[in-house]
Amino acid sequence: MEKFIKHTGTGVPLRRSNVDTDQIIPAVYLKRVTRSGFEDGLFSAWRNDPEFVLNQAAYKNGTILVAGVDFGTGSSREHAVWALQNYGFKAVISSRFADIFRGNSLKGGLLTVIIDQSDVENIWTAIEADPTTQITVDLEARTVSYSSTVVAFELDDYTRWRLMEGLDDIGLTLKETDSIDSFESKRAIYKPKTLPIKK
Amino acid sequence: MGKTLAEKIWSEHIVRSAAGEPDLIYIDLHLIHEVTSPQAFDGLRLAGRKVRRTDLTIATEDHNTPTLNIDKPIADPVSKLQVDTLRANCAEFGVRIHSLGDAEQGIVHVVGPQLGLTQPGMTIVCGDSHTSTHGAFGALAFGIGTSEVEHVLATQTLPLARPKTMAINVEGKLKAGVTSKDIILAIIAKIGTGGGQGYVIEYRGSAIRELSMEGRMTVCNMSIEAGARAGVIAPDEKTFAYIKGKPHAPEDFDAALSYWKTLYTDADAKYDVEIDLDANSLEPFVTWGTNPGQGLPLNASVPDPAKITDAEERGAAERALVYMGLEAGTPLKKIAIDTVFLGSCTNGRIEDLRAAADVLKGKKISSTLRMLVVPGSARVRLQAEQEGLDKVFLDAGAEWRNAGCSMCLGMNPDQLAVGERSASTSNRNFEGRQGKGGRTHLVSPLVAAATALRGTLSSPADL
Repeated sequence: MEKFIKHTGTGVPLRRSNVDTDQIIPAVYLKRVTRSGFEDGLFSAWRNDPEFVLNQAAYKNGTILVAGVDFGTGSSREHAVWALQNYGFKAVISSRFADIFRGNSLKGGLLTVIIDQSDVENIWTAIEADPTTQITVDLEARTVSYSSTVVAFELDDYTRWRLMEGLDDIGLTLKETDSIDSFESKRAIYKPKTLPIKK
Repeated sequence: MGKTLAEKIWSEHIVRSAAGEPDLIYIDLHLIHEVTSPQAFDGLRLAGRKVRRTDLTIATEDHNTPTLNIDKPIADPVSKLQVDTLRANCAEFGVRIHSLGDAEQGIVHVVGPQLGLTQPGMTIVCGDSHTSTHGAFGALAFGIGTSEVEHVLATQTLPLARPKTMAINVEGKLKAGVTSKDIILAIIAKIGTGGGQGYVIEYRGSAIRELSMEGRMTVCNMSIEAGARAGVIAPDEKTFAYIKGKPHAPEDFDAALSYWKTLYTDADAKYDVEIDLDANSLEPFVTWGTNPGQGLPLNASVPDPAKITDAEERGAAERALVYMGLEAGTPLKKIAIDTVFLGSCTNGRIEDLRAAADVLKGKKISSTLRMLVVPGSARVRLQAEQEGLDKVFLDAGAEWRNAGCSMCLGMNPDQLAVGERSASTSNRNFEGRQGKGGRTHLVSPLVAAATALRGTLSSPADL
């Protein structure tokens, strides 16, 4: 996983709430067996509309998506994170994310930043007035800054450390193999196994 | 202080915990399907890792599988490749799989319980958000992303932040014609699609205890639509009776039973939040918009966005009405439907088919619509055929299909056309969910059947 320490880019205002994962990437795009190339499916239904924000020249090269409340609701598809990353987004800002989407994003190195809705509104106003406004998402300082505004956000130390180091979760867990072995040795024998039942 | 049910299961599965870090949680059962697993198996291969516990892992094919001509090769080459990839991965890594054509194939959340693999007190994960279904058995079950699928395959654990707990107390008695689906749609309308975010919801109260296991699965299934990753219901005699006799029921049933009977929320335990819902006053519920929180009793009318005070909600309602092609003030019962879909992990179990068949028996569906009946699993289909339900559906003019996710998400050929309107027993009414440009109204199996007969959104009481 690529390290995330600080990113500066322009923002894309997505003034919609409840952007579900079927909007981020519809199910028909999930048939692929790879992790890349999902950018063509990103917001595919909305991209048919010439007025849609990603179709506007001013926002085409944005790398920070600024979305309404409850971003990423719905299915557990990690393809939603891949589609955003494949398209070029490095961070998503919203006042609330769905749990599974947020977990997936932080596993994959797409930084999801939670700030108050009023701060989201202020960023929308700023980037709509001037799409070239530079936004910096600083994970080390845990701040979002643009023009002369600085907004602090929270992220637990552990997740921040993992993202800044670009660490692989599985590698970290495999260091705990002894604890897993020991836990397994004490599991109740009546717990079911998936081995075929011989009858 | 005592513990809630979810806290009990959580603490029994902690492999390792350290201050400031997520808990490492042991996973008792990992369910796999073709859509969210190929990149995870690829990851294992690249790192030279194995599946740690093939004996706690099971796969089936459901999202892409066709519901017609299942004896022929899958026609869509991309779908076929994905299903073939799952088969090859299971063969390579030694994972049990139930493929299309097998009696145990079906929607992963229908298959787990019917095999008896879903049991109280377990931790269960799957790369599918409706894994919350299994919470009906008093298991802590939740959906995960593909990176986490790979993590569980490699380690049988997951690092997870401890969730908060929410109780939803549903007291009272449901009126005739009101079902578990109406309970959960009413809950989502009440707390919103983000209301359960960060929580495990425990459904409690006399109306929940009164539900069958199938009904409880319907409620827990849609926890995710309320924003909660998991929903749980304390196991009771109904739960134990459901598991007894299933293929994977514990051999030492009494030992398991004595453990299962400890799985309830202690009297002195505290939830982070409690919410009450009156079962007595519930009516059949239906969605009018494009998120599952946009629902109303069937007797209501399409809401007027101008009367919504919250600006965010008003904007969402305005957009939803445009997408759905609806006028504010139209009685919901006047909305004409093109397709009725009976199926999915929400309402594709035998009891759902029986309830709908009971309404349809001896009658004909409206000539203005089509009705698809898609059993949740091949085993449910067989059971329904033994009971003669297939004849009831076919005689009524409905289509009797093979098992899978089907039109719930339209990954296979079962899709709505642009502008087509469905009454669907599934779980999501998102834009384009059932096919690009398709319009979805979420309903119970009873409302689906009555709607099929009348052509407009209806409950059996309207017949």
